[in-house]
Amino acid sequence: MTATFLILAAITIAGTVAAMAMRNLIHCVLALTLGFAGLAALYLQLGAQFVGLTQILVYVGAVAILAVFVIMMTQHPTQTTESIFSSFWFSGSLIAALVFAVLGWAIHSSRLPYGIAPPHAEAAVQPIGDALMHKYVLPLEIMGLLLTAALIGAVVLAIHEKRRSA
Amino acid sequence: MIPTPVQQADQIFVTLQHRLVSYLPAAFQSVADVILSVIAIVLVFALLFAVTTVLERKGLGRIQNRYGPNRVGPAGFFQPLADGVKSLTKEDLVPRTADQMVHFMAPVLLVLAAFLAYAVLPVGRNMVLANLNAGILFFFAVGTLVELAVFMAGWSSRNKYSLLGAMRAIAQMISYEVPLVLASIVVIMAAGSLSTVSIVDMQTGYSGIWPHWFLFTPWGIAGFILFMIAATAESNRSPFDLPEGESEIIAGYYIEYSGFKFALFFLGEYLGMFATSGLAITLFLGGWAAPFSFLTWIPSYLWFFAKLLLLIVIFIWIRGTLPRLRMDQLMSFAWQFMLPMTLINVFVAGVWHFMPAGVIRWGVCALVLVVPAFLLSRGLKQGKKFAARTYRFAE
Amino acid sequence: MSSLSSYLLVSALIFSIGLAGALTRRSAILVLIGIELMLNAANLNFIAFWRYGPNPQALTGVMFAIFSIGIAAAEAAVGLGIILAVYRHSKTTELDQMNSMKG
Repeated sequence: MTATFLILAAITIAGTVAAMAMRNLIHCVLALTLGFAGLAALYLQLGAQFVGLTQILVYVGAVAILAVFVIMMTQHPTQTTESIFSSFWFSGSLIAALVFAVLGWAIHSSRLPYGIAPPHAEAAVQPIGDALMHKYVLPLEIMGLLLTAALIGAVVLAIHEKRRSA
Repeated sequence: MIPTPVQQADQIFVTLQHRLVSYLPAAFQSVADVILSVIAIVLVFALLFAVTTVLERKGLGRIQNRYGPNRVGPAGFFQPLADGVKSLTKEDLVPRTADQMVHFMAPVLLVLAAFLAYAVLPVGRNMVLANLNAGILFFFAVGTLVELAVFMAGWSSRNKYSLLGAMRAIAQMISYEVPLVLASIVVIMAAGSLSTVSIVDMQTGYSGIWPHWFLFTPWGIAGFILFMIAATAESNRSPFDLPEGESEIIAGYYIEYSGFKFALFFLGEYLGMFATSGLAITLFLGGWAAPFSFLTWIPSYLWFFAKLLLLIVIFIWIRGTLPRLRMDQLMSFAWQFMLPMTLINVFVAGVWHFMPAGVIRWGVCALVLVVPAFLLSRGLKQGKKFAARTYRFAE
Repeated sequence: MSSLSSYLLVSALIFSIGLAGALTRRSAILVLIGIELMLNAANLNFIAFWRYGPNPQALTGVMFAIFSIGIAAAEAAVGLGIILAVYRHSKTTELDQMNSMKG
């Protein structure tokens, strides 16, 4: 465990905790981008340059901005928000804590067969492109189809319905 | 092998950096290397910003038949110093209802993101801070941080004009980012690499005296034009400067900033323009390569900055000439013209790759590009009636 | 503690934070964001296992992460579209108040 890893992990976790706990929704999303950027830095540290940069491009550039836009469009001045947590917050956080306990126990107790000495692996762009165009070409095409469907679906969902009665 | 004087002049900054770093203990050398490069980038491009503001104001002045700044220093060229002193000594006003933290972070993030983009731009032979394997992707990923900074500035000011400006800016930047990326895809296809250094290396050869720039292909010309249009919109410059339209929403997202923070926004905007111009040079205009084979004795970094200044002059010229678009015109232009044209351009680049070299290839590719461009621009006008303009009070 | 398990621990923590957010927050947008965080935690696992795995040349983990990012983007777009549509209908994004089956 290096200092870089510790710092990046701390930033990521701080960002995600703030994103889930802050009161103002816009602040939540801004904290979330910090968490996403921290994750991207972790990917870069692991040698996955392409994935790390895609993470920033997709999450910070698209998902966060989209979330911000939706928040702006749905904020109602008369909305009463006495509590930001729902009525079953206790059971919810209990379940999450239990899940973390189980996962942590599993990670701690399992003896991993490999990974003490990290090999010098790096995911260069060219092998990724080759793999995408040969071995993974069918998933890639399905991905394209899915994204197109999602694009059209999102537009259909979000577009203003014309009132028939009015 | 002893380097010739020409090579020495070309590599003078690289050797200087090595010389300076070699005085340090080995443990600090790589860190010092990076720090020196960062200092060089910050100083050079901040200076270029200062020069550009004068050039722009003087150029616009000439276009509009007036003098422009001519008081401070010789021919007004020390105007940026006066501006800097002014913005540093002004009171830093923050609205009482503003979100203090976010309000403060926005200009910092903007300038940081703008400077980060320079890490992958090769400004000369062996002169790049980070030769990343996915350099172009890094450039675009950093570019998205600018959108976030703009949103933060607009939202945290608690002002309807800044919010409107931010919304316009983000909508515009997202819309034009798609054609920007698609226009650069053609070069990535041809070069087979996402690394900026190897893309420039591909273009350094010469046939006779003519360089092997990607500009000199049908898809290169179309790609360059589309890229520059998208870059103009991406850096919020006229005629796409709706986010800060002075006459409608005063100054857009940075209306509530004053003093030094306002200057930072200004700086960030110009740095973004330089960075996208630098990327256009890297992708289409051969980076630091000389335009003719008999001019290679001029150092490579001088060529890069000469090309950069040329593009800046074109930006200033466009700003002085074209009127601002309307929001709906802007959006329909992005989605109905830019997007189809960039997609067709990607197709043409593929056709170019598989056809045998010759005049026929040129003709076919040019035809496939010109005909849809003509039809699409006709389609944009379809169904719109342009009545003869009447002047109510002038006639 | 090996380096791989520290990455896994961070990922487990992010997953649990996302789960907690998705289960306890009232705003539908933040529930969606919590789900995104859980997906991201899974991505971190993929990358960590790819890096420390026996065969990093195969790029399986990286590929999985890339496709997962794409799917997460599609999910976010459709999810936020649904939230917008619901908001138009019931004028709220608070999950507690969306409690009637009839429109």
